[in-house]
Amino acid sequence: MSSETKQILTTDGIPLEVSLKKAERKNKIKAFLLVAPLLFFLIITYVFPIGDMLFRSVDDKMVTQMLPKTFKAMENWDGQELPDEEVFAAFHEDFIKLVEDKREGKLSTQLNYTKNGFKSIIKKLRRASKKFEEGNYKEQIMSVHKRWADVEYWRAIQRRAPEFTGQKYLKGMDMYVNEEGKIVSVEEDRRIHRVLWLRTLEIAFFVTVFCFLMAYPIAHLLATLPMKYSNLLMICVLLPFWTSLLVRTASWMILLQQQGIVNDFFVGIGLVADDNRPEMMYNKTGSYVAMTQILLPFMVLPLYSVMKTISPSLMRAGKSLGGTPFVAFWKVYFPLTIPGIGAGCLLVFILAIGYYITPALVGGASGTLISNQIAFHMKSTLDWSFASAMGLMLLSGVLVIYWLYNKIVGIDNIKLG
Amino acid sequence: MALPKYTEPHYRIWHYIYLTICGAVFFFLIAPLFVIFPLSFNAEEFLSFSDGMKRLDPDAFSLRWYQDMIYGTKNPWGLAAKNSFIIAIFATIGSVILGTVAALGLSSRHMPYKGLIMAVLISPMIVPLIISGVAIFFFMAKAGLAATHTGIVLAHIILGTPFVVITVTATLSGFDHSVTRAASSLGSDPVNTFMKITLPLILPGVISGGLFAFVTSFDEVVVVLFLAGLENTTIPIQMWTGLREQLSPTILAVATCLIILSTLILVTAELLRRRSERLRGINR
Repeated sequence: MSSETKQILTTDGIPLEVSLKKAERKNKIKAFLLVAPLLFFLIITYVFPIGDMLFRSVDDKMVTQMLPKTFKAMENWDGQELPDEEVFAAFHEDFIKLVEDKREGKLSTQLNYTKNGFKSIIKKLRRASKKFEEGNYKEQIMSVHKRWADVEYWRAIQRRAPEFTGQKYLKGMDMYVNEEGKIVSVEEDRRIHRVLWLRTLEIAFFVTVFCFLMAYPIAHLLATLPMKYSNLLMICVLLPFWTSLLVRTASWMILLQQQGIVNDFFVGIGLVADDNRPEMMYNKTGSYVAMTQILLPFMVLPLYSVMKTISPSLMRAGKSLGGTPFVAFWKVYFPLTIPGIGAGCLLVFILAIGYYITPALVGGASGTLISNQIAFHMKSTLDWSFASAMGLMLLSGVLVIYWLYNKIVGIDNIKLG
Repeated sequence: MALPKYTEPHYRIWHYIYLTICGAVFFFLIAPLFVIFPLSFNAEEFLSFSDGMKRLDPDAFSLRWYQDMIYGTKNPWGLAAKNSFIIAIFATIGSVILGTVAALGLSSRHMPYKGLIMAVLISPMIVPLIISGVAIFFFMAKAGLAATHTGIVLAHIILGTPFVVITVTATLSGFDHSVTRAASSLGSDPVNTFMKITLPLILPGVISGGLFAFVTSFDEVVVVLFLAGLENTTIPIQMWTGLREQLSPTILAVATCLIILSTLILVTAELLRRRSERLRGINR
């Protein structure tokens, strides 16, 4: 009885607690419904497709579906000696079907990824297979080309049997599964992807460092100058920020070319000889210079917004307590700007690591990054599963930094302009 | 920034070094943009200052590259500009609507899983464009929207919404929710309250988010490279092609126009930012 009398009821006779919970839930649903359209739009058009990339990067059904009977027959093959007639007959049956559908070209491209040399022997087999007689396919296929009699090639076909494979990821790290099924690195001089990963990290790291070294003094100046001057100087930061990336890259292409203004200037002051102008574009230097200038505003803005909140009296207090200006700066001011440094550096690093346009235009062969390789495989070799795999490797790196950024800065604290 | 009279000489020197460094960095930031401007009026086909230009000879300057940009025979810029504006306007409208509504929900203190959802909504801004490009291309190809304006607009809505979400949530963080409660208590329905009370107050944030979305779309090249067909070419695509093949002064004429456009956008954005700070009572 006593508990009932204590319970507070609303005017409708519902206990207050229940009514409040109901209202709370209603508010939650209301808030969620507002976010829902964008959230679902992004999940469908963006999050799922990224998941699709994951699927594509390990998907290897194509060959499995093209040679179903062959792989069925290969289940009993130990891979030591050449497979027996049963496998050859199955392969022949699958192959004839592919030729009828005009899909044998796709098969040769796919098998060539696994082992070089399939392209020509599949072409030869197509021509020869028209005159094949029934029975004893092993002999007939082996007589087309000596590679068909090489067990290595049959092992290569067998390696494509599983529907899923991690080999694209291994390829992204310049590794592969060798004949014995062990994971090994490719030869020293063919490790192009490792070089690219390292170069991407190196360029992103140094661009971040350069941006930091250049942004810190000007952010400090902007934060300490009186409003009317700092507003004017702020334009120097904001105008490049709002200007098209391609326009800024174009201006660097003009400045850095061999007959360009920077080189003219160097010749003018006698730093270099006129007939010995250095290449400053289409190499790493180009990537460094252009990327630093383009990403600099992203470092200045977070630093500025943090420095703006630091009271000048703190530095004065430091000095009045006997510190030299340098000590006061190092012990008082600098530690207070660390949140801004963290935010700026992570932002610039994230942006730099995925840069594509600028390196492609001014980087040449030695200044391109992993993004350029992804674009190359998307557009030129059409090896989309490999592009997906490399994209996801890059993405996982970025997500780690994103997570760090969220921890340190908080994603809702991003400020723009 | 004047130094106090009692400053010791070596700090005085250090101070001037500091100012020189700052000056050099500002120069590094802004000077490249100003190279394009005079060169776009070059009478010759070279991308460096001719002797005539150095002497300020009027014959060395001409408007021929601007003429080429507008009237050039096989010029792609007209179609590209039309496409760019159409795509950017629709992408901006889409981003602003979706982003603003989402920001309203995110700013509610009742919002569940706020951090996680915010991280998803912001992700298109953080994920490298090349990856977004690949993912969006796969989606659009499956949906049959590759090489269509609709596909590109949708892609740019994806890339533009994070900016709107960020600017509008920032504006809403200083928003006094008692005014909307007052409106509801006076009998206004939620839509009316939003249109008459909330929207006018957060408008500066909405517009500046919209400007970001517009610029993002107008300047976007990576995703469009995957999606666009010949009919969907945009200004950035044309610039990209031009810069890869041959740097012609016509590109500089286009670039000059783009710099003027970005200056206008910068001024608008700055004015809006100040107005927003005034409205929210932040005085700096």
